[in-house]
Amino acid sequence: MSASGGRLARLWAGLRAVLGDDAYERYLRHCRARHPEAEPLDRREFYASELDRRWRQVNRCC
Amino acid sequence: MGMLIRAAAWVLVAIAGAAAFGGIALHRGESINALWFVVAAVCTYLIGYRFYSGWIAARVCRLDATRATPAERLDNGRDFMPTHRSIVFGHHFAAIAGAGPLIGPTLAAQFGYLPGTLWLLAGAVLAGCVQDMLVLFCSTRRDGRSLAHLARDELGPLGASAAMVGTLFIMIILMAVLALVVVKAMAHSPWSTATVFATIPIAIVIGIYLRMIRPGRVLEATAIGVVLLLASVAAGGWVDSHPAVRAWFDLDARALAWFVIVYGFVAAILPVWLLLAPRDYLSTFIKLGVVFLLAIAICILQPDVRMPALTQFIDGTGPIFSGALFPFLFITLACGAISGFHALVASGTTPKLIARETDVRMVGYGSMALESFVAIMALIAACVLDPGVYFAINTAAGVVGSDPVTATATITSWGFPVDPAQMEALAASMGEATLYGRTGGAPSLAVGMAHIFGSAFGDGLFAVWYHFAIMFEAVFILTVLDAGTRVGRFITQDALGSLWAPLGRTSWYPSVWIASILVCAGWGYFLYIGVIDPNGGINILWPLFGMANQMLAAIALAVVTAIFAKSDRLRYAWVPGVPLAWLVTVTTVAAWQKILSDDPRLGFFAAASDLADKLASGVLSPERAAVAPQLIFNQQLDGWLTVFFLLVVWTIVIDMLRGVWNHLSGRRPATDTESPYVATQLT
Repeated sequence: MSASGGRLARLWAGLRAVLGDDAYERYLRHCRARHPEAEPLDRREFYASELDRRWRQVNRCC
Repeated sequence: MGMLIRAAAWVLVAIAGAAAFGGIALHRGESINALWFVVAAVCTYLIGYRFYSGWIAARVCRLDATRATPAERLDNGRDFMPTHRSIVFGHHFAAIAGAGPLIGPTLAAQFGYLPGTLWLLAGAVLAGCVQDMLVLFCSTRRDGRSLAHLARDELGPLGASAAMVGTLFIMIILMAVLALVVVKAMAHSPWSTATVFATIPIAIVIGIYLRMIRPGRVLEATAIGVVLLLASVAAGGWVDSHPAVRAWFDLDARALAWFVIVYGFVAAILPVWLLLAPRDYLSTFIKLGVVFLLAIAICILQPDVRMPALTQFIDGTGPIFSGALFPFLFITLACGAISGFHALVASGTTPKLIARETDVRMVGYGSMALESFVAIMALIAACVLDPGVYFAINTAAGVVGSDPVTATATITSWGFPVDPAQMEALAASMGEATLYGRTGGAPSLAVGMAHIFGSAFGDGLFAVWYHFAIMFEAVFILTVLDAGTRVGRFITQDALGSLWAPLGRTSWYPSVWIASILVCAGWGYFLYIGVIDPNGGINILWPLFGMANQMLAAIALAVVTAIFAKSDRLRYAWVPGVPLAWLVTVTTVAAWQKILSDDPRLGFFAAASDLADKLASGVLSPERAAVAPQLIFNQQLDGWLTVFFLLVVWTIVIDMLRGVWNHLSGRRPATDTESPYVATQLT
């Protein structure tokens, strides 16, 4: 049970990571670890600024 | 003992692969099972990955797991972020997989199944995967710098400008050809049109959900969006069965072309969260899902490939596109074997995510092998159709005639029997009014996929699968249009900014509008000409796109070769150098023929003067005469564009050779552009 549960959880985490669902959590983790003094962006601001950054370069091919 | 077992396993893989290749190459029967192709492909990728990429990783690149990557050193929690290699693999594959490896093999099937299969496999393993891996490696060793930046560092300002201008033109041709594929698939097909139109409000709803209601909850938004997209396929069927509503969506190609151009402009100036980003989430999910599903379906169904190994069209007389096997097989397949565009991604987002340098092998080499496998599946989907049906769908009315009896009689006379009743029954089962002359590759791919899915999953809903396949292709083609127009806009603004500074401000509205209009006008022009061309348009645009794409690959390999030749990797400079020499040869021969051939089906200038003669002597029908002046101008423009591409690629190659010579002869010491070694702290 626990082994297959662990595998399922890993699969779920992988799916979230591939689609970028966990981007904000990863960002928060980074901020807490590296810049504990600074106030991180909230979820909404983070999402908006991420999209703007991501779509300034070629990230989709033919 | 373990080593012995492993060696035995690899010997078995090699034998299985060789047997499958032998089966494919020597088979001379009515049909051959598609599973042979899957086995040959998988064994080739496994051996290429295990041995060639392993050797490149250990000897050529000397990948070092103890060296901190840019993701670790420059970690900012956003673009630079150490990420598990399977996740990076997923991101990278989603970024490089597009419509190219689906369309190219479909068109190249006119030569038969054998040439396409051989080059997709050999090209990927020896050139395409190598390019992706080496560019990714070079960029990872240099703080994740872009190809343009690497070109400036290694080749100097001339090479860098050539790379940038080349990229912009390639993107314009790419967007035109992909837009043409969608427009041709939607023309007079209310079901397809309604479904594709519906994807726009669906993306907007998801965009609002992701921004306003549940910010950044990508997975749940994607799930809702995918359900809505599937519903839109069903809704398209409903539209198709109601004559009054049907008429609204029964549009001709010209109207659809204008729609797509205006759409591209609007999408490029709207905020990305509203349309572009949500559509991309949906298209990524659907893309990965369909690739997976198609592989399973082919393995379950094990369809028979009906196309002959070789057709008579290898001599250059092909009806879908002109030009002989060499060099046009390589130009046409392009992305499935080696794609220059990948170099932009491999030097963009991906190197900033690589956690350990050794991951470069799996991400760079591995994703391209998978991409090549997608191309093999597209080739299978084209070749499981009756060859007569394949040619009837993909050959333009201008080539075989517009009425069913003449068209099928012409195709039958080539040795590929087909009759009007068969085509009518097929169109009816796919829920289309007609399938004749639906050039562009998407409809024939959709028929092939519908055949495979409908038969493998047992419910035979061919019409639904057909329109699902069209929706699948359209969703990510439209994403490329939005994203490409946007990136083209930034490049144009950058260039305009050097003429007059305010035009370079990316958020100043007049500048945004002017640059977006310029980019849309660029690809819109080629799209429109493709639409009015009675020969289908794709026969002109696809080779242009293929040449441009292969030239971009040559630019990327020239940069890598320069880096290797100027460092202690000189003795391995042939690893990128041999594919580079091959690409330069292929593109130069192709461009040469496109410019200088006096066969009007092949040469651009020959076609222009041939049409001008016909127009002057009055032998053209009135509707052909009406568009002839535009077509003549376009053929000449395409000819000059080819000259320009040729100049760009040779400028870069000569610039590269000069730099390498200066270094080797000791005239100029090489500057080490690698970031210094820092030991990793990751455990």
